[in-house]
Amino acid sequence: MISLTSVSKSFGSGARRTVALDNVSLDVPEGDIFGVVGQSGAGKSTLIRTVNLLERPDSGSIRVDGQELTALGDNDLRVARQGIGMVFQHFNLLSSRTVQGNVEFALEVIGVDSRERKRRAAEILDLVGLGAKASSFPSQLSGGQKQRVGIARALAARPRVLLSDEATSALDPETTRSILELFRTINRDLGLTVLLITHEMDVVKTICDSAALLEAGQIKENGRLVELISTPGSRLARDLFPLGAIGELPGTTVIDITFSGGNADRPVIAQLARDHAIDVSILGAAIETIAGNQAGRTRLGLPGDARSNAAAIADLRAQGLLVEIVGGAAA
Amino acid sequence: MIDTTSPDFWPDLFEVLLLGTGQTLYMVFFALLFTVLIGLPIGILLVGTERGGLFERPFGSLAFGRILNRVLDFIVNLGRSVPFIILMIAIIPFTRVVVGTFIGPTAAIVPLSLVAIPFFARMVEISIKEVDPGLSEAAHSLGASRWLIVRKVFIPEALPGMLLGLATTVTSIINFSAMVGVVAGGGLGNVAVTYGYQRYSTIHMVAVIIIIFVIVMILQGVATHFAKKFARTSIGESRAQTIGRKVVRDSPVGP
Ligand SMILES: Nc1ncnc2c1ncn2[C@@H]1O[C@H](COP(=O)(O)OP(=O)(O)OP(=O)(O)O)[C@@H](O)[C@H]1O
Ligand SMILES: [Mg+2]
Repeated sequence: MISLTSVSKSFGSGARRTVALDNVSLDVPEGDIFGVVGQSGAGKSTLIRTVNLLERPDSGSIRVDGQELTALGDNDLRVARQGIGMVFQHFNLLSSRTVQGNVEFALEVIGVDSRERKRRAAEILDLVGLGAKASSFPSQLSGGQKQRVGIARALAARPRVLLSDEATSALDPETTRSILELFRTINRDLGLTVLLITHEMDVVKTICDSAALLEAGQIKENGRLVELISTPGSRLARDLFPLGAIGELPGTTVIDITFSGGNADRPVIAQLARDHAIDVSILGAAIETIAGNQAGRTRLGLPGDARSNAAAIADLRAQGLLVEIVGGAAA
Repeated sequence: MIDTTSPDFWPDLFEVLLLGTGQTLYMVFFALLFTVLIGLPIGILLVGTERGGLFERPFGSLAFGRILNRVLDFIVNLGRSVPFIILMIAIIPFTRVVVGTFIGPTAAIVPLSLVAIPFFARMVEISIKEVDPGLSEAAHSLGASRWLIVRKVFIPEALPGMLLGLATTVTSIINFSAMVGVVAGGGLGNVAVTYGYQRYSTIHMVAVIIIIFVIVMILQGVATHFAKKFARTSIGESRAQTIGRKVVRDSPVGP
């Protein structure tokens, strides 16, 4: 649905030149909720702004719904943008208009007549749960309510794609949850493809089907969450299951086992004890629902060095479990 | 010297003041009209042709945008720095071409507009710059055209600031209209000179001062009222106040 190919963008020139995007390629399948994470300054905002060409890339191709945006003239680009909704961290609502007026603004842009505007705005405000606030001004709303207006406005023209740049970063956890819930509803009921930017792993965990890790303008990892969590060494997976730092454990091999889908309920510890006579100690565990699937990670301590535990580890791997040796006694 | 005991004094005074007030309002009204009609687009263009602005590339040319910005900026600075009395005299040939004469209230509208346009254009520029850039970004993301963004984002959002700017502009137009009166224009300034100064009538002088004061107060009050009314947010209100302060600071007549 959204397809970026070799997109690069830099700002400034000479010594002050910053490369914000460095040859980025990304594919967001139709109907997906796709999250892009990365640290501050990684280029996340720049990336999402290139998708509707608020930021024109220096090079590369941007296709949305099969249309190459970089080739469009001013007017065609405006029409294309009408099919791509965008939600902002700081809401960006018109303070001179009511909630209803803000939503109608999006419809004025596409030339919907006044009666139809009223009807459709009311309908969308109901969808985002703000029907009762239609005649309030943005200054009279809470952050979460403002963001609902922002989402309603972005949806008003019935786009097929929704972009969200840190839509929940200015909100408290409770409100964040309700906004994410709304994203999921929209995605499911309206069939919208959602590309969202966040620096909170929790957001990815809660609603994303796929994710990409952006670092210094480059995509470091990219894929469906269910696949990422069973990818050895995946940083995204590690951030999805924070098990904390690995302490010093003399004479112990530390392994992380990732369970997902079918093997989530294996009695691993009992099996290690029985088949290999190992006294396993549990150092940490995390269970999460990711993309609708139960997945978990357990950190175990096995007495002895990696070599002496090699047979046990090989056995676990043979069962299709992802086992990573993350620390332990030198061989 | 005027005979204040004459039975005709009060009716005459009334008539003179009525005429003077009428002429002043006439000059101010039309000067203000032209100021808004011309100053508003100039102010919008001043912001728009800035780097990253809405009209950064008029007719697709970045260079043209830069030049337009510089030229407008220069004209506005020039217009604001030339003392009014000199401007008024310097443009007499121009006024003659436009109005046919350079004497009288109608002719006065020309220099009054010319002095107020750059001033008001700056006020418009300041007010629009105060509008959160996120708003035009959001409008762009919805596929809005530039013209729509100007009409439905910039102007309504900058309205409180622009109204306060307008209030200060109208005050200086009134001030300058009195100066025009001294030279050739008619209006209350003329009354003050011909009766108050040349014929030593304190009553005329005081009456003129009071009338001008009242007009200014009413216009300021109206503008401030609407500015507050349109400033929907607490941020908007404090924004309106800051702009108000800026406007006063920048005013050629001072606070
Ligand atoms: N308009 C601009 N002019 C100059 N440099 C810019 C501009 N926009 C972004 N940059 C630079 O590009 C880099 C990426 O910025 P970007 O805003 O995309 O980061 P981000 O990942 O969104 O960060 P954050 O999480 O803080 O929002 C930064 O180094 C930033 O300084
Ligand atoms: Mg950002």
